[in-house]
Amino acid sequence: MTVKEEREPLLSLRGVSKRFGAVRALDDVSFEVAAGEVVALVGDNGAGKSTLIQVMSGTLVPDTAEVRFDGREVSLGSPADASRLGVATVYQDLALCDNLDVVANLHLGHETHAAAVLSEVEMERRAVGLLDELSVRVPSLRTPVGMLSGGQRQCIAIARTLLGAPRVVLLDEPTAALGLVQKEQVLDLVRRLKARGLGVVLISHNMAEVFAVADRVIVLRLGRRVATLPAVAEQQQAVVAAITGADGGIPVAAGGFA
Amino acid sequence: MSLSTAPAPQPAGGPPDAGGGPEGSPLKRLFAFSSLNAAKLGSLQVVIGLVVIWTVFALAHDRFLTATNLTNLALQIAAVGTISIGVVLVLLLGEIDLSIGSVSGLCAGIMAVLNVKHGLDPVLAIVLALLAGAAIGLLQGAIVTAFGVPSFVVTLGGLIAWQGAQLMVLGDTGSINVTDPTITGLTSTFYPAEVGWALAAAGLAVAVVATVRSRRSRTAAGLPVGAVAWDVVRIALPAAVGVAALLMFGSARGVPLSVLIFLGLVIAMDLVCRRTLFGRHLFAIGGNAKAARRVGIKVKRIRLLVFVLASTFAAAGGILAASRLLAVNQASGSGDVLLNAIAGAVIGGTSLFGGRGSVWSALLGALVIGSVSNGMDLLALESSVKFMVTGAVLVLAVVIDATTNRRRDDA
Repeated sequence: MTVKEEREPLLSLRGVSKRFGAVRALDDVSFEVAAGEVVALVGDNGAGKSTLIQVMSGTLVPDTAEVRFDGREVSLGSPADASRLGVATVYQDLALCDNLDVVANLHLGHETHAAAVLSEVEMERRAVGLLDELSVRVPSLRTPVGMLSGGQRQCIAIARTLLGAPRVVLLDEPTAALGLVQKEQVLDLVRRLKARGLGVVLISHNMAEVFAVADRVIVLRLGRRVATLPAVAEQQQAVVAAITGADGGIPVAAGGFA
Repeated sequence: MSLSTAPAPQPAGGPPDAGGGPEGSPLKRLFAFSSLNAAKLGSLQVVIGLVVIWTVFALAHDRFLTATNLTNLALQIAAVGTISIGVVLVLLLGEIDLSIGSVSGLCAGIMAVLNVKHGLDPVLAIVLALLAGAAIGLLQGAIVTAFGVPSFVVTLGGLIAWQGAQLMVLGDTGSINVTDPTITGLTSTFYPAEVGWALAAAGLAVAVVATVRSRRSRTAAGLPVGAVAWDVVRIALPAAVGVAALLMFGSARGVPLSVLIFLGLVIAMDLVCRRTLFGRHLFAIGGNAKAARRVGIKVKRIRLLVFVLASTFAAAGGILAASRLLAVNQASGSGDVLLNAIAGAVIGGTSLFGGRGSVWSALLGALVIGSVSNGMDLLALESSVKFMVTGAVLVLAVVIDATTNRRRDDA
């Protein structure tokens, strides 16, 4: 059922369970993403996508989980653990400072400085290099990001994670609320992350874009992983069926209410 | 006059930026590249407002634009302007400090009591008063950061409590005359114009060297450098203002020490805000505190430090006011000190909502409020009129700010 099974996953999780009181947000879920692979994580509201992303970014500690990174067993107890491993997260709210310019936002919290004085030239040089490499275009590096378009802001937020040289990037609905052109801009960037050999995890509700950029689709329903499918057009119906629980043809789908 | 830094204007009715390339209207690109950015445009509006005010008063009273009166104006604004520097820092953080007036009065009282009643060395008395200000800021900042209480409430409590402390410190007499020449000298010392010229020349040299070096290192790093003309204008304009001010001071009593102190503090804090790690983090917290925390900025430490700075600048302003009035009494730091200090920062272009503004707005705002008050004094208007006009100026500034901000949000 899965494609590229021969690839050694860069980040893999096994047996992830998380309860919130009586609610089983995640029930024995596994997940894996390889270097240079885009994995789409899909599912209806409440399926557990965000919970799983939070576990991977270290912001939520699961009840049980076995995490391996690059073949080694590791623990993801905090966001610092995640960033040390090289797992970067772009949250839906982007966490940008609208009043600061592009250069400042790219380096936010990791400014280059000599003594206490900012090294603006060095930071701008790195910003130019990074944005060029990713083909992200903005009117000016000195524009406050509040004046940029939604797509540009999303690209800045994604580009920012790359300054920390991550190996896996988690994107939480990066194209929600974007126009068509801007969506394409962000998807292009996702393709370039893949080309750089990064593992990309993409949460999305939009099937068209999932099939446009992803290699594999992992479907969650009611806290369980119910399907893993190659992201090829012929599978679109199967993915939708797995999301809604109207499939029945997929063995792991037991426990669905459809 | 604008309340906060206005953004570069968007072409009216222009479509929102549709996407990827080096897009945007030519006008937008022009503004982006000409580095006529938000803060500068905001300051420009205040300067225009100031020109209007000066023109009106110059026409209304022939003594307004004389060197003697403008020197007076400069002396009048130094104290409240110094307090305003601290207000700007707190506003940039997205917080407020309502205790600054009381703190300025209390710290001036501490200085006066130490020096006059206990015979302490004047410099030591000043240093201890500044330290008392810092300690007050530390306490208020600690309460705000530790308990997550809104700074509005904590410093409102401070406003009342420190006023009580001021009454206690001043004791039965309620008023202490300050006669020590070192303390009074802070505001009664005038240097000959040559000193001013030397300082201005040094400042100019530093600006030129810094600009040349910045251009060189940008070229070396392969980054675009702006037109030389822009850099020339950027240096020549303030230089021209400086020359005019020096000619004016020179033809009256000389260059006042208190003005040099105030200006030095403004320049120093402006550099701290724009060029240092602390300043960048301050703006980041003011812009998006949650994002700042997420990227690992030490939000609490910066907040604490800013409250310490605000109270310390308030103490410094109180000391300058005591030096000028030759006394500290129960009314020191009360009345319109607090409101003028905050209104000045806001009129000068610092946003009440955090993250936008500049330390220069402390100077510009103090000039606007000081000019209005000075001009109306010359015209012998009643306090009632003065209050109403000052209030109207503040509201006008807020309205202009709100409309420019709305334009940005729509764009």
